[in-house]
Amino acid sequence: MIRWDVIQGNLPLIGTKFLEHLALTVVAVVGGLVISGIAVVLIRDRPRIVALVTGFFSIVYTIPSLALLAFLVPLTHLSFATAEIALVGYTLFILTRNLLAGLASVPRDALEAADGMGYGRTRRLWQVEVPLALPLIVAGIRIATVTTIGLVMVTALIGFGGLGQVMLRGYNFRNDTLVLVGFVLTVALGLLADLGLGWLGRAITPWSRARAG
Amino acid sequence: MAATVTFEHVTKRYPGSAASRPGAVEDLSIEVPAGKVCVLVGPSGCGKTTSLKMVNRLIEPTSGRILIGGEDIASREVTDLRRSIGYVIQQVGLFPHQTIGENIATVPRLLGWDADRRRERVDALITLVGLDPAVHGDRFPAQLSGGERQRVGVARALAADPPVMLMDEPFGAVDPIVRERLQNEFLRLQADLAKTILFVTHDIDEAIKMGDLVAVMEVGGKLAQFGTPDEILANPASDFVARFVGADRGLKRLALTRVESLDLRPAVTARVGDDSGEARRRIVADPFEFLLLVDAANRPIGWIGQRQVPASGALTESMASAMSPLLDGKTTLKDALAMLIDAEVQVGIVVDGKGAVQGLVTADEITAYGRRDASASGAPGGAMASLR
Amino acid sequence: MEFFGQVVAWFLDPAHWTGSNGVPWRVGEHLVMSGLAVLIGVAIAIPAGLAIGHTGRGEQISTAVAGLGRAVPSYALLILFVPLFGLGFSSALPALILLAIPPILVNTVAGIRDVDADTVEAGRGMGMTEREVLVDVELPAALPAIALGLRTSAVQVVATATLVALVAGGGLGRYIVDGFALRQDDRLFAGALLVAVLAVGTDRAFSWAQSRLEHRAGRPARDAFGPPAVAGGMPT
Ligand SMILES: Nc1ncnc2c1ncn2[C@@H]1O[C@H](COP(=O)(O)OP(=O)(O)O)[C@@H](O)[C@H]1O
Ligand SMILES: [Mg+2]
Repeated sequence: MIRWDVIQGNLPLIGTKFLEHLALTVVAVVGGLVISGIAVVLIRDRPRIVALVTGFFSIVYTIPSLALLAFLVPLTHLSFATAEIALVGYTLFILTRNLLAGLASVPRDALEAADGMGYGRTRRLWQVEVPLALPLIVAGIRIATVTTIGLVMVTALIGFGGLGQVMLRGYNFRNDTLVLVGFVLTVALGLLADLGLGWLGRAITPWSRARAG
Repeated sequence: MAATVTFEHVTKRYPGSAASRPGAVEDLSIEVPAGKVCVLVGPSGCGKTTSLKMVNRLIEPTSGRILIGGEDIASREVTDLRRSIGYVIQQVGLFPHQTIGENIATVPRLLGWDADRRRERVDALITLVGLDPAVHGDRFPAQLSGGERQRVGVARALAADPPVMLMDEPFGAVDPIVRERLQNEFLRLQADLAKTILFVTHDIDEAIKMGDLVAVMEVGGKLAQFGTPDEILANPASDFVARFVGADRGLKRLALTRVESLDLRPAVTARVGDDSGEARRRIVADPFEFLLLVDAANRPIGWIGQRQVPASGALTESMASAMSPLLDGKTTLKDALAMLIDAEVQVGIVVDGKGAVQGLVTADEITAYGRRDASASGAPGGAMASLR
Repeated sequence: MEFFGQVVAWFLDPAHWTGSNGVPWRVGEHLVMSGLAVLIGVAIAIPAGLAIGHTGRGEQISTAVAGLGRAVPSYALLILFVPLFGLGFSSALPALILLAIPPILVNTVAGIRDVDADTVEAGRGMGMTEREVLVDVELPAALPAIALGLRTSAVQVVATATLVALVAGGGLGRYIVDGFALRQDDRLFAGALLVAVLAVGTDRAFSWAQSRLEHRAGRPARDAFGPPAVAGGMPT
C-alpha cells in the first residue's frame, strides 16, 4: 500500500508542508499565549469579567473548526489571517484557564513573603508568581500545542493546512501513500510535541519534581 | 450475643519487605472473652490496623490463625464472615450517594431482609446512637457533622446485630469534646449490648477509658503487654510500656478506680444534742483529731477539733467549724484527690445515696493506692467495674 | 449588514426546509450519525473502563488510549479511513466511534480510581461481593466523572460529524463544504450557525446532566482526559 517512489517524488512537497504545519502551530500558540497573558493580567482581579471572558472563550472552543472557518471566511476571506484567527481562538480557552489556575495555585504565604520583602507588583508577578505558576502554564502550552497541531489540518480547506494539504491531496488523487504519510507525520508531530513539552515542563520546574517525588 | 475472639500465633509480613525485617504483626496471641472490649494500642505503624483487618479478612495472615467462637475464620465464606462482623473506621467510609437510612441498612440489605424489617431496624438504630430518624434518616452524609457521621458509622456497623465489632480509631477524627461525648455514649451502649469489640487507638488515655482489656503493641508488630488497664498501669511489663503509658500512670490509675473499692476508715461521729463529755473521750482515744458532727439521719454537718469539744454539756451545730468534700462510692480516686487538695480538712467524707456517712478516706490513702501494684490492690479491673 | 440579511433570507426560504438537503433532514443525519457513534462508544468504553478501574489492571491501556485520543486529529482519522472503508458514512462511523471512546474510557477509569478508598474498604469490610462493591459503591460515586466523559465525547463527535461532509458524507457539514465549493457565503454562514448551535447545545445539555450528578455527589468531577485545569476535551 505504501509506495516509496511516491514519497520520494513528493519529498519537497512533504518537507514544505511539514514546515508550514510547524509555522502555523508556533504562530498560533505564541499568539494565543501573548493574548491570553495580557488578558489574564488585566482581568484576573475581577472575577465577573473573568467568568465572562472564559465563558466566551469556552463557546469559541466548543464551535467545530469547520464552522469557525466558515464564520470567518465571509469577513476575512481565504487568508492566512483567517487560518490564524481560528487557530489562536482555540488556544485562548486552554491558555487562559491554565494561566488563571497557575496563578491561583501560587501559595498565599509566598505572595505575602514577597510583599513583605517589598516586591513591587510587576516584580512580584515575574519573579514569584509566574515561576510558581509555571507547571500549570507549561501544561497549558503543551495541550494547546498538541491541539493546534491537529486543528491546523482543517485549514487545508482554505488553502493552508500543512500536512493536512498532503492528506487532502492524497484523498483527491486517490493516493493512499500521501494520505498515510500525512497521517503518520501529524500523529508523530503531536506525540513528539506532547513528550517534548512534558519533558520541558519537568526540566524547568525542578522544585515541583521534588514535591512529587 | 457475643463470641470469643482468639488470635493464635498470628504473623503478617507484607510482600516485598525483607524476611529479616520484622513483620507488620509478629506472633500475636491474645484472647478476647465474649462481651469484652479489647483495645489495641501503640504508636503509629505498630500493626494495630493490620491486626484488626485480619479479623474480617481484609488482610490474610502470613501464618497463625484467628478463631471466632472457637471456629477458624479461614474456613468461613469471606462475605458471610464480614456480614457477621461490625466494622467502623476513622474515616467512617459512609457511602456519599446514599442517605443515612440507606447507609445503615447496608448489611441487612446484603442479608436480604425485607424493606419493613430494614426500616424498623434503621429507625431503632438511629435513635440508639442519639439521632432522630425523622430528621437525619433521609439526609446525605455530607449534610452531617463529623460527630454525627461517626454515630452513623457505629449504627451501620451494629445494623445486623453482629456478635463481634471491629473499630479502627473510630473517634480519631473528631474534636476532643465530641470525642469524649462519643466515648461516653459508646460505653453506655456497650453496657447493654455487650458485644465483643476490638478497638484500635494510638491514644493511651482512650485505651484505658474504653478497654476491659488492653493490648499494648510496639513497632515491629510485637505484643508488649496484655492485661486489664489497671494491671498495665500498675505493673508495666517493660520500659517501653512504662514510657508509653506515661509518667503520670499513677494518676491515670486513680482515674480507673472508684472510692467504693477502697477500705474506708471509720469516722468518729456524734449527733447534735449528744453528751460532749462522752464524745470528747472517744475522739481523744482516736488518732484522728477531729470529731464529725452529724444530724439525726447520720448526715454530716461539720468537723469539731478535739480541743474544741467541751468537757460537758450538749453538742450544738454551731460548734462545727470546718467541712470536707462529700464523696460517694462512684467518685473516681482522681476526682476525690482533686477535691481533697482544695479542702480545709484533707479527709473526704464518703456518704451513701441518702447522704448518710459511710466512712472516711484521706488524700494520703489515695496517693498510696496509686503507688501500690495491681496484684496487691485486690480491686477488680477498673474499667470493667466502671462498665457495670 | 446586507450579508446578514442574506443569511436570514436563506433561513426563511422554504426550499431549505424540505427534502434530503433541507435543514431537518441534515440535522437528523447529523444527530443519528453522532448518536450511533456515541452509543457504540459507550457500549465499549464504559464496561472496559469499569473493569480497568475496579481491578486496577490494564491502566496502561487507558493511558495509551488517552494519549492517542489527544494526538490523533479527527480530520486525519476521517481521511485515513476512506481508503480502508470507502466514502461517506462507512468510514465516518468507525472514525467517530474511535473518537468517542477515549474521553469516556479515561474518565470512567479515573472516576472509579478516584472513589474514596475508605468508602470502598467499608463496603468490602461489611461483606459486599466485588460485584456489589462495583455496582453499589464505585459506580454511583463515579457517575459525575462518567457523565463528564460522555459530555466531552458527545461534543467531539458532534463537532467531528461536521467534517464527514469532507469525505462525501451528509450532516450539517454539507452546507459548509458546499458553501465553500460554490462560493455561497450565505449557505456557508447558515451552515456554520447550525453547527455551532448544535455543538454548543450538546455541550450545554450534557453539562446540565453532569452538574445534576455533581450536585448529588456533592463534588465536581475532575476531567482526566482534557488538559489539566480545563474541562471539555479537545476542540475538533
Ligand atoms: N499494604 C501494605 N503493604 C506494605 N506494608 C504495609 C501495608 N499496610 C501496612 N504496612 C506496614 O505495616 C506496618 C503496620 O501498619 P498498620 O497496621 O497500618 O499500623 P497502625 O495501624 O498500627 O498504625 C507499618 O510499618 C506499615 O508501613
Ligand atoms: Mg492504623
